[in-house]
Amino acid sequence: MAERRKVDMALLEARGIVRTYGSVIALDGADFDVEAGQVTALIGDNGAGKSTLVKILSGTENSEAGEVMLDGNRVNFNNPAAARSHGIETVFQDLALCPHLDPVKNLYLNREIKRSGLLGLLGFMDRKSMRDHSVEVFTDLGSTVRKLNEPVGTMSGGQKQSVAVARSAAWASKIIFFDEPTAALGVVQTANVLDLIRRVRDKGIGVVLISHSMPEVLEVADTVQVLRRGRRVATINAADSSIEELVGAMTGKLDEEAA
Amino acid sequence: MIKSEQVSIIQRITRVQALQIVLVLLTISIIFSIMAPDAFLTVFNLRSIMMNTAIFAVLGVGATFVIITAGIDLSIGSVLIFSSVISAMVMGNLGASGWTTSLIGLGAAILSGAAWGWLNGVLVAKAKVPPFIVTLGTMGAALGLAQVLTGGIDLYEIPTEMVDTIGFGNLFGELPNLVVLAAVVCLLGGVLLHMTRFGLTTYAVGSNPEACRRVGVKVDRHLIWIYIISGVTAGLAGWMSIAFFQQTSIGGNSMTPLTVIAGVVIGGTSLFGGIGTIFGSVIGLLIPVVLQSGFIIIGVESYWQGVVIGIFLIAAVYIDGKRRERAVRGSGRKPRRLQVGGVQVGSTEKEGIK
Repeated sequence: MAERRKVDMALLEARGIVRTYGSVIALDGADFDVEAGQVTALIGDNGAGKSTLVKILSGTENSEAGEVMLDGNRVNFNNPAAARSHGIETVFQDLALCPHLDPVKNLYLNREIKRSGLLGLLGFMDRKSMRDHSVEVFTDLGSTVRKLNEPVGTMSGGQKQSVAVARSAAWASKIIFFDEPTAALGVVQTANVLDLIRRVRDKGIGVVLISHSMPEVLEVADTVQVLRRGRRVATINAADSSIEELVGAMTGKLDEEAA
Repeated sequence: MIKSEQVSIIQRITRVQALQIVLVLLTISIIFSIMAPDAFLTVFNLRSIMMNTAIFAVLGVGATFVIITAGIDLSIGSVLIFSSVISAMVMGNLGASGWTTSLIGLGAAILSGAAWGWLNGVLVAKAKVPPFIVTLGTMGAALGLAQVLTGGIDLYEIPTEMVDTIGFGNLFGELPNLVVLAAVVCLLGGVLLHMTRFGLTTYAVGSNPEACRRVGVKVDRHLIWIYIISGVTAGLAGWMSIAFFQQTSIGGNSMTPLTVIAGVVIGGTSLFGGIGTIFGSVIGLLIPVVLQSGFIIIGVESYWQGVVIGIFLIAAVYIDGKRRERAVRGSGRKPRRLQVGGVQVGSTEKEGIK
């Protein structure tokens, strides 16, 4: 049985989101909730609308109908910058890092700290503060990144992932979306990433985890929200759920049984 | 804890291709010095080497920015000619004498260079035509227009002030002003590339434009600026060129873009983007000039310079390819390590889980 979990005051509430691509209805009035300091897993079969929903909530795409409330205020993200300015960050599946730049420069990409005074106006950067703050962020997350002046491209997959996570964690004050963060990783690295996710959550940030790995979802998520055919069909408490229940909700098997 | 750089200074130096190329330049120079001690290492010869590199170095600054973004600018030679023609026409109309006229001529050269750069940039960034094709097109167009404007006949009316000062003047007795000007341009270019946000964004755009877009970098606008910089340096080089040759050189410069691009690439700037230094480009541009000078002095036909530069160019790109391959191998794209019952076998990751 899918237990509807009562949500009192969510950090982010999306209601009745609609998005179509031509004749394809990607989202058909989808709801979604994120709570601060919790890991919310977003699951669903291919084509259920997960990516579209995340794109809309992170400002990459616009919705056609529905509303998004952040902290009880209606917000409208027309572009990724608008979402970021509200403290919402995304860890992309391809990480979106610059391989030739070091972790500090990746962390501060397009947010470089300028020096004060005239030099700052001329575009000179305050490398020391950028570096010092990066050390804080990486240490804080228990990241496995050790060398801050090596190009990210020479690092292992797990280290790259932790640079991408650190970047989002450094800038997100409210929510981080993780788009299949462990899809390309080995066992040890996956454990590291799940650990990073917990640390981000412990900072009071709302974490949204998009994943196809049900064991992983059950391991790290507090709440699981299931999308099917563009709608949220279940909100499940991860602590007392099982892989069978999650898969049943995703495929619609549970509904049929209930009917 | 996160540790600072652990590799030794020597390791760091040898890793930088620009410094490997310094060793090459030094070796060549030492060989020529030994073979012709009283002709190669003379003030006269070193001056002429620097003079012959000066205009290429100015062009090289713009080319370095462009190539770091994984672009290419083949139009710099033609834009140089076009700018020098516009500059000479403007100065000719103003009477072709005096410093004011010369500086107006400089402004005209830079503006016409910037205009071509802007056109290149818009076509590359907005129209999404590959840079090779865009600049191949403007290479023909700029030269063609310069020929149309002059009827194919070079202009000779250049203010004597700028010829005497910029073209042939010296600072501290022996340092040519043309070289001083080129050095200032290289210094400014180096500061912009290595110390400012604009420079960092240039590397980032060359490294992964999509990642830049996702974090809100205005990639298109940045690319347009990069091609404008290349146009501006070509315009300035055009003005320097008429100060030195005392005329426009419509028939010359057909090999200029290739010479400059070869020098920049030999200097360690990667054609695939994301890597490069102004310093390396200057060294890379010095090599052909030093070779030519040395070959003439030791009596080898100077045509061999083309052969040697060709070999260097291919070797430089080969080394760059190897370097990139190594970088990829050291990353997560390598095959998954063997896992036995959750225990890692042959772990290459030195760092444990914290």
